[in-house]
Amino acid sequence: MGQTIAEKIFAAHLRDTPALGSMVLDIDVVMCHEITTPIAIMDLMEKGMDRVFNPSKIKAVIDHVTPAKDSKTAMQAKIMRDWARRHDIKDFFDVGRNGVCHALFPEKGFIRPGNTVIMGDSHTCTHGAFGAFAAGVGTTDLEVGILKGVCAFRKPETMKIEITGTLPKGVYAKDVILNIIKQLTVNGATDKVMEFCGPVVEAMNMSSRMTLCNMAVEAGATSGICLPDRTTAEYLWPFIQGDYASLEAATEAFRKWHSDTDAVYAGTLTIDVSTLKPQVTHGYKPDQVKDINEMAGTKIDQVYIGSCTNGRIEDIRAAASILKGRAIANSVRGILTPATPAIYSQALDEGLIKVFMDAGFCVLNPTCGACLGMSSGVLAEGEACASTTNRNFNGRMGKGGMVHLMSPLSAAAAAVTGEITDPAQFLN
Amino acid sequence: MKQFGGSAFFIDRSDINTDEIIPAKYLTEITKRALQPHLLEDLILDGKEFDSKAPDFQAAEVLVTRSNFGCGSSREHAVWALEVNGINVVIGESFARIFRQNMFNCGILAIELAKADIDQLFKLTKNGGAVKIAVDLQQDTVTAEGGQGGSVECAFTMNAFDKELVAAGGWLAYADQKY
Repeated sequence: MGQTIAEKIFAAHLRDTPALGSMVLDIDVVMCHEITTPIAIMDLMEKGMDRVFNPSKIKAVIDHVTPAKDSKTAMQAKIMRDWARRHDIKDFFDVGRNGVCHALFPEKGFIRPGNTVIMGDSHTCTHGAFGAFAAGVGTTDLEVGILKGVCAFRKPETMKIEITGTLPKGVYAKDVILNIIKQLTVNGATDKVMEFCGPVVEAMNMSSRMTLCNMAVEAGATSGICLPDRTTAEYLWPFIQGDYASLEAATEAFRKWHSDTDAVYAGTLTIDVSTLKPQVTHGYKPDQVKDINEMAGTKIDQVYIGSCTNGRIEDIRAAASILKGRAIANSVRGILTPATPAIYSQALDEGLIKVFMDAGFCVLNPTCGACLGMSSGVLAEGEACASTTNRNFNGRMGKGGMVHLMSPLSAAAAAVTGEITDPAQFLN
Repeated sequence: MKQFGGSAFFIDRSDINTDEIIPAKYLTEITKRALQPHLLEDLILDGKEFDSKAPDFQAAEVLVTRSNFGCGSSREHAVWALEVNGINVVIGESFARIFRQNMFNCGILAIELAKADIDQLFKLTKNGGAVKIAVDLQQDTVTAEGGQGGSVECAFTMNAFDKELVAAGGWLAYADQKY
């Protein structure tokens, strides 16, 4: 019987089968940030277990609130910083070099096809875009990952998400994944891996694939995953050129992780995107999704472009295509947070930051910030935000605030008009 | 093995996410105890703010809810916020994966029951009155008594590995000994 990519990765990393249906895996990359890691560090210190299984397999960043906003966040950062020094964790990214973890770590080439990846962050599923099994975990799982390099999972069932047709102009990966979550609902993929495949995914760049995989957890999935191909190899080439004779050789080698044609799936969802409209959320759950024209005219107080979902250079370019030569509405506060320093720098080189600033946007340093209402753009009660982030939960961006999730293009359109707007009217 | 059960509190809603269980603004705390006053403080039920300071909620040791409890963020703070409030059992139709694992990783219980069984438990509370729930990990049953409805016993299935984690007192203790 054939295997899915997730089953192949599990088989290649199996350390133990502690009970029927449960598998303990060796973990290739343990990623850490300052919100969920300090308590793990302090617990290990208290128990006299302040060790790391392999400092080169641990990647750490301060990203959620940075630079520190108060004494408490300063202490979280300090605990991380001291720990990274104490254990000689070389891949530690602090102020000036830090960015949103799920944008920064891929950019550094840390995630490779076939890897197992954990982090104390639910959007770790983003890294599945590289053909890795990447799962968000809690602090105890992270603690054991740091100490032992293992993590336990149930045997993975895979749901095949086949994306066909051609994306219409102005419709992006974000619209596709919002529509998929609408169809599956917020727990439609619980305990499953969502394998994104089909011609639309094959044609997507890594940035779009990361957007797809990023929101798999919003349907309850353990991870999203894409099959690694030439696009993956091209993205990783600066980091893997010593390992393979050519791009073709790398692409060929990645094929070993492809799901077999006779692999067994726990369900298939096929979505033809040819007639898909830009999507937007209403309400407090990410499966509450409508075509954007159904929500047109909804007043917006803030526009937020950034996050691990849509803070990459391609997202900034898409938004800038609307903002160029236009001013945002007087009633709107526009916030751009490029997800990493490299993205910020690239946007500067391309003149995009000036486009945003000329339009009236505030441009922030890379951080998770307002996405989860921790800093840098928290909403007041009764306010609404057009946001490129991934969660619209009640209170997520500030108590009593409403978050409408959408693509960067749609967010830029909302910034210009001050209300939810179909971006089609701004496209040539 | 540790005994689980006690006074039950019922929350009749699905998809309660971890941002609602403990809002992100409290994630800057570096002790579990500091989370204690903030459990479910932003929860909205039927359009109304949940009273997280109500005496019957403060006395709760078991939480009974509907489906997909604990969805969203991976924050184990959600589990700790329950723990430091004396709640060591959550019973629902289903849980989000990370939350469920975090519960067992801390050596406490996320018990899944069939929808019909959850309905039965909710029926006990229909006319008010306190409900107590006892968990039997040998027989894999929960027994609820009180309210106006007498007694209800429901069987559950618990993943064998999760049960071992509870016996070991959590994943760190288990993993430290075994790997």
